[in-house]
Amino acid sequence: MNLITTPHLSAADDFYEALIDAHRDLTVAQSHALNARLVLLLANHIGTHSVLLQALAAARQTNDESNPRATT
Amino acid sequence: MAAEVDFQRLTFEYARSPDQDATTPARHPVVVVGAGPVGLALAIDLAQRQVPVVLLDNDTTLATGSRAICFAKRTLEIFDRLGCGEPMVAKGVSWNVGRVFFRDAQLYSFNLLAENGHARPAFINLQQYYVEGYLAQRAAQLPLIDLRWNNKVVGVTQHADHAQLTIETPGGRYDIIADYVAACDGSRSSVRELIGEKTAGRVFRDRFLIADVKMTLDQPAERWFWFDPSFHPNQSVLLHMQPDGVWRIDFQLGWDADPEVEKRPENIIPRVKALLANSATMKDAPFELEWASVYTFACQRMARFRHGRVLFAGDAAHGVSPFGARGANSGVQDADNLGWKLALVLQGAAPDALLDSYADEREYAADENICHSTRATDFITPKSEISRLFRDAVLELAREHPFARQLVNSGRLSVAATLHASALNTPDSARFDGPMVPGAAAADAPVTRPDGHDGWLLRELGDGFTALVFDSDAALHGAALPGVPLKLVHIAPCGDQARAGYLIDRDGTLAERYDLLPGTVVLLRPDQHVCARWRQPSAEAVRHAMRRALAMH
Repeated sequence: MNLITTPHLSAADDFYEALIDAHRDLTVAQSHALNARLVLLLANHIGTHSVLLQALAAARQTNDESNPRATT
Repeated sequence: MAAEVDFQRLTFEYARSPDQDATTPARHPVVVVGAGPVGLALAIDLAQRQVPVVLLDNDTTLATGSRAICFAKRTLEIFDRLGCGEPMVAKGVSWNVGRVFFRDAQLYSFNLLAENGHARPAFINLQQYYVEGYLAQRAAQLPLIDLRWNNKVVGVTQHADHAQLTIETPGGRYDIIADYVAACDGSRSSVRELIGEKTAGRVFRDRFLIADVKMTLDQPAERWFWFDPSFHPNQSVLLHMQPDGVWRIDFQLGWDADPEVEKRPENIIPRVKALLANSATMKDAPFELEWASVYTFACQRMARFRHGRVLFAGDAAHGVSPFGARGANSGVQDADNLGWKLALVLQGAAPDALLDSYADEREYAADENICHSTRATDFITPKSEISRLFRDAVLELAREHPFARQLVNSGRLSVAATLHASALNTPDSARFDGPMVPGAAAADAPVTRPDGHDGWLLRELGDGFTALVFDSDAALHGAALPGVPLKLVHIAPCGDQARAGYLIDRDGTLAERYDLLPGTVVLLRPDQHVCARWRQPSAEAVRHAMRRALAMH
């Protein structure tokens, strides 16, 4: 099974608003804690290890492209 | 009733050996360095296999402090094979259940031996000086063990077919020669240092206060672990029951704690009082501090456990943080792996290459133990802000959501490594279910013995190779090898009438655990690990598997 990165949200804009709204009135620290819990909840729902590893790799790759390390 | 030996205060005597007056260095087949649990276990195993052993210890006492206290089922089965399991289990505190708390509520409990049909419990708690004491008593029954106290190895030189050791004693220095040396001399191994080797790994930036506290507590024999309890906020605490009314308490202190300050009784006592005050049943219990120390933990190992004529076992080869009890247990399992191999090589029944398999197999097992211990310690001591963020997220979620309890890691408790990739295994050629794959430590099961009495499978195995033969009178003539006998254990199915010389599968558990069908043969190594299994094999196939298990292919 592969990570789905084509459109798969059944209500994309509704989800986006709900995500931001879930952080309403939280401090930044509280938001980070919420995000961590959300990652774990969703990861468990997905379950399949190979899919999770692909998601982690995709997230990491985006970071590495946005934050290229200077060559020494 | 005989008075119990006070192992904590027992001292042994240095005695001059005839080797010290030899004109040329005396030669011995095996010298074991270090008479801790691993060295003693190895020496006993070798002596039981008729190999004379010189066992050197640089000291005259057993372990100082309780140190390793949790001894796993597999280790107990090894101690049974070495003839000293019974006193250990009788004295020890058996336990199977653990509880994990977050703040002041229980997150979950676990049972490490939820199924019946095993002779031994998942764990016993027993102070290391008791374990060493019982091993030393067993060793004293074996004249082939020449145990030399106050003998410190100060030099090692290697040659093609032997190693030469220089030993310091109160009576002066002397040299001996050994075909093989087993270095079981602990985390600061002098043998390792003398041959110029090191361990590599990582240190965890944290400190733990480990205290033995004597008190009367109305508390079950369970492993209790707290994350962030109100009596020790933002840190972890671990509680274990030991024999003699002693409790082991671990308090996480953080990296900035000053070990000298924290070790002082006046600083330990309030911590213990706070823990006791937490509970209605424990509040106000009087107590006495027996012993305390502050530790920093590391997970590390030597790159290779074999260097020429020298083999490393136990903490000399590898070290782990204690959450999971994988230190002493894996060390004794190293000895279990090495004893039969050394014996057969020394007896000329197997090639020297068999000792390379010791290193391969136990390096693999060490990596598994290091992986589990590291993961637990990372959870208990998060190494970065983000790691802590996720760790706390797991704990918070675990209160409401069962999935998160699976991620809570206060220690993945020691089980024997299954030696999956070992070259000594014969891969399955038939379909088998269940965990008794080639490389697995044989599971125990209830049997009825030929005399009609209840028994246990593992007690019926010998010290050598064993073939379990199920519901078949196959004799496997010609399967054994020169100098390597094969014991056949015939097993009749549950419900069958007694057959002469057969064990009976007492309640079907044995057949289920091993996925046995009529004619199935399971070949077990002398260390009770499965090395091959078949449905109705020829004797030739079994012989081939034995040769493979002896590194003869």
